[in-house]
Amino acid sequence: MTDTLTPVAAPPALSATRGAISRTLASRPALMTYILLVLLILASTMVPRFAQPRTATFLLLDVVATLLMAMPMTLVMITGDIDLSVASVAGLSSAVMGVLFTGGMPFGGVVLICLLVGLACGLFNGLFTAYVGLPALAVTIGTLALFRGLALVVIGDNAVSNFPPAASAYATGSFGATGIPLVMLPVGLIIVAFAVVLHMTPFGRTLFAMGHSMEAARFVGVNTKRARLLTLMSSGLVSALAGVFWTLRYSSARSDNATGLELVVIAAVVLGGVSVFGGKGSIWGSVCGVLIIGVINYALRLNRIPEVVLVTITGLLLIISVVAPSVVASWSAWRHRRRRAREIDSTITTAGALSA
Amino acid sequence: MTDTQTALPRADIAASARTRRRWNPRSLLSKRESPVVLALLLLVLFTYLANPRFLAPQGLKDLMLNATIMMIMAAGQALIISTRSVDLSVGSALGLTAFLTGTLFATYPSIPIIVVFLAGIAMGAGLGAINGLLVTTARVPAMVITLGTLYVFRGVNSWWAGSTQYFAGDRPDAFGNLSVSLLVGIPIITIIAIIVIAVVTLFQRYSRSGRDLYAIGSDPDAAIVYGIPVGRRVFTAFVTNGALVGLAGVLYASRFNSVGAVTGTGLELQVVAAAVVGGVAIVGGVGTAAGAAIGALLLTTITGALTSVGVDKFWQQAVVGGLILASILIDRLATLRRARNLRKATS
Amino acid sequence: MENPGEQPLISLRNAVKTFGPVVALADGSIDLHAGEIHALAGENGAGKSTLVKVLAGLHHRDSGDFEIEGQPVSFATVADSRAAGISVIYQEPTLFPDLTVAENIFIGRQPRGRFGMIDHRLMRDHASAIFEELGVPIDPDRLAEGLSIADQQIIEIAKAISLEARVLVMDEPTAALSGHEVDRLFAVARSLRDKGAALMFISHRMEEIFSLCDRVTVMRDGRYVTTRMIPDTTPSQIVRDMVGRDIDQLFPKFDAQVGAPVLEVEGLNRAGVFRNISFCVRAGEIVALSGLVGAGRSEVARAVMGIDPIDSGTVTLLGKRLKPGQPMAAIRGGMGFVPEDRRKQGLVMELSVLRNTALTLRDGLARFGIINARKEAEVAAEWGRKLQVKSSSPYNSVATLSGGNQQKVVLAKWLATKPKLLIVDEPTRGIDVGTKAEVHRLLSQLAVDGVAILMISSELPEVLGMADRVLVMCEGAITAEFPRAEATPERIIEAATDHAKAAAS
Repeated sequence: MTDTLTPVAAPPALSATRGAISRTLASRPALMTYILLVLLILASTMVPRFAQPRTATFLLLDVVATLLMAMPMTLVMITGDIDLSVASVAGLSSAVMGVLFTGGMPFGGVVLICLLVGLACGLFNGLFTAYVGLPALAVTIGTLALFRGLALVVIGDNAVSNFPPAASAYATGSFGATGIPLVMLPVGLIIVAFAVVLHMTPFGRTLFAMGHSMEAARFVGVNTKRARLLTLMSSGLVSALAGVFWTLRYSSARSDNATGLELVVIAAVVLGGVSVFGGKGSIWGSVCGVLIIGVINYALRLNRIPEVVLVTITGLLLIISVVAPSVVASWSAWRHRRRRAREIDSTITTAGALSA
Repeated sequence: MTDTQTALPRADIAASARTRRRWNPRSLLSKRESPVVLALLLLVLFTYLANPRFLAPQGLKDLMLNATIMMIMAAGQALIISTRSVDLSVGSALGLTAFLTGTLFATYPSIPIIVVFLAGIAMGAGLGAINGLLVTTARVPAMVITLGTLYVFRGVNSWWAGSTQYFAGDRPDAFGNLSVSLLVGIPIITIIAIIVIAVVTLFQRYSRSGRDLYAIGSDPDAAIVYGIPVGRRVFTAFVTNGALVGLAGVLYASRFNSVGAVTGTGLELQVVAAAVVGGVAIVGGVGTAAGAAIGALLLTTITGALTSVGVDKFWQQAVVGGLILASILIDRLATLRRARNLRKATS
Repeated sequence: MENPGEQPLISLRNAVKTFGPVVALADGSIDLHAGEIHALAGENGAGKSTLVKVLAGLHHRDSGDFEIEGQPVSFATVADSRAAGISVIYQEPTLFPDLTVAENIFIGRQPRGRFGMIDHRLMRDHASAIFEELGVPIDPDRLAEGLSIADQQIIEIAKAISLEARVLVMDEPTAALSGHEVDRLFAVARSLRDKGAALMFISHRMEEIFSLCDRVTVMRDGRYVTTRMIPDTTPSQIVRDMVGRDIDQLFPKFDAQVGAPVLEVEGLNRAGVFRNISFCVRAGEIVALSGLVGAGRSEVARAVMGIDPIDSGTVTLLGKRLKPGQPMAAIRGGMGFVPEDRRKQGLVMELSVLRNTALTLRDGLARFGIINARKEAEVAAEWGRKLQVKSSSPYNSVATLSGGNQQKVVLAKWLATKPKLLIVDEPTRGIDVGTKAEVHRLLSQLAVDGVAILMISSELPEVLGMADRVLVMCEGAITAEFPRAEATPERIIEAATDHAKAAAS
């Protein structure tokens, strides 16, 4: 591995800015954006009734819970962990909300306690994962059952639905003619906050490093345990918020709210470029992943195409998104080998080094 | 770096080897399974003391019937997890094979039962082969691939079934009787399950390719260096697991009244949980199909046990969650203690 | 050059192996004869390990001729090379921790009894028989987890014996062994040779090559250099072959002003790892921590940095006591750490050169908690330039760089923090000779600039060439301290294997 033998490419002639732009345009998040745009154009031209404001309302309202959970999930998975308990935390938060509100607590207090419950759930996951040293996959499979079970304990098989009309209206309303739901404002702020934390802060930099190599991160002084705890706590907090939204959106606090959503969230962020091995991913990619699934979902439903096709397409997209890169990689490796073989054939003369 | 373990006089080793040779508890089950077996025995004992009806013939029969399908699936999952993979598509695959069973009986009322079994197993193996092929050729984590096929299989199932449902009446009595009739006090489908699980466990313990699976899970990179055909073994594990899920699907159709588009939804994480409770480490390398099956038995028994001692039914799922956490925690503590002992031994 | 009438058992000529743009092996050639122990010598990065992996069937050569007993062969997998009778023992054997010792030996070839089922008892007996033959008492029933490296190597040898291997390749097997473990290994190796096997032995220690081997082949920069008969050559001649230049140029040592103590370590203990570690490093001074691999040197360094926990003792940096177990505090206090395992600890291989360089500075680059991306790129580029890191783009992952350039990135990211104390653990492992000299010059220059340097190294020439003071560790204790003038290879080796003194301290 000698430098003299390594062909060192000349420094890039492109100016720094132009280099940055071309890199951005070819990145994974950019690719996801193109796919999303193409889908939107296709849906608007081919699906009747797609290009109208109410599409924005219903499409976005449908994906808000997934979108919210996808934000901390992106962070958690980039550090190399996973949180399967997000939907159960949402269910628990919904159950707590129903019971407390029925008990006569003011609405603001109820929401605050729901968020605290979510934070506690995240703390529990984080302590077991980062500090006890158990694999996040195993821990959160356990808490998936535990938190859903606690939701049942809290509310049983009751359903609570008489929440303040103002809150329900806010959860389902939209900005006048634009069709954009009112809740997109806080949701957008949360997305921006997560994007800033992940892509623009020292903490975010360390998350990527941890995902590739916990060991290397520790050697530059990263408190890896605390970082893992914090990401899992953010997951609990935001999932609880998603549970509150879900309850208001469907006007029903039930223990089985958002059941099974964890796999949808994971599918969306993986589609958006997050690696299950950790170290890769972006907030914008995850947002696109959620929206792509949302658009396909909504467009097909408008076209009266059964749920069936949608589920299949989600699965196929997921498989293609992970298989495609390795197909490309093995193709270029094959090309490299062939080129190398040709070079060697033409240049190397068989001078026997061992010949006496 | 003194090596205490090698400083033993040879006579000691010979002696310890001799005693172990006389009675070898590791021959089939390793020590990893003892906590779950103990937990199961204690659970049954205490529940029986609190409510003797728990072990009445009918209660016992329900207990076994409820556990059978999960036990087979957990045993298959143990094969996968021991190689450091996971198969999340098992719930959807079960749904497909269960629906195939219903369709076959509805379309060809006189079809021999054995043919239906073979068809279900073959279909399951085919679905497993799709997973295995994607995992081994694309070298993508099994978790993502099988999450994808979870949706694809479910989609295919919904498209195929539409709103069609097949009920017990559509199937021959002899088939339904498999989960009613008893042989030496045990339902026939449970006997089938026990035989299959025993065969898989023997395969894990006594066949070279079975041992290779543990080597792969123990250290995948080393397995390549050692020349173990990692891809072929992992593929085989997925096909075998698929076949077991196929069998479980056929038995599901025998046990339960209706099969349709949503049969088996959400089973995947329960199956993984059962394997983990049964001593199959999620990071691979250890655990047996028998252990996973006992884990499944424990998880399904606890629900019945809680009911019969009068625990509020809403608590049941929380208890299951706590049990999963407790079992991985116990495993972790045992590992830590072993590591500490090794460190002490070398100091 | 050699007996022409005798056909070599294995003959590899002009083998080439590349990884992307990196040429790992430019011209690998070696002949192995039955009944000989053949040393393969060369600096780190000379291509020895790549050549071994080609023999093992792990890497597929791009070109070159490979013959066994005159027949051309091509190995697609490890199983092929094993079937041809080649067994390889790597520096750090990779056993399966969850399987028993006996199963590790026989994996994939377990003896079978009735119904084709594995006969675990027979397998155990076979393993016991081999251990008896080797004269080592290892319980075949224990799990491989937690075995010492010496025992793991014996298990690898047992496996080779059970395979009836004709060729046994050992890649730096002695690096982590103590004196009597080396003796045990050599006794086994000689008996295998006397039974007609061909052995290839890679080691950095000349005395081992000269006491064990019959012939030596030297490699440099991925190329074959020469093959010599051991009785007809001398260690210094081989070193000249390996380095290809005078040794003085490799260890540029500048005169530095030794100042006040920067690091003071007092009574550091960690049960089972090290005990009673006390030393001090002054500004402008290079202190070497020498000893065998596994003596606890890296563990001490990691504990000083706060990465590993300690049971008792104090670490004082520039008069301020550091809280144990807090690497961030150590970094803020002015400590830098170039760890021994560049790929796992020193760098995040998949991240870009830029991100790796800036990782240590992340807090300093942020204003109001937000990182200034432009400044980040500038700082990274500046330090890359200062250390002459050669990469086609700072946005490429460091995995695409050569070993030497990777090490420069590690150094760059720590120098960017302007450290007062730099701990370097095996700073030149696995890098080419040219970069090696550059790294040494850099360390010397840092000392001149007043940085205190604690250097861990297993290469005696590096220790002797660079250090102002040498501390020697054995089995977790410091057994000797020599000023530069008094440090000799003999004294250091004696102290590194002074088990009596280590046990007493």
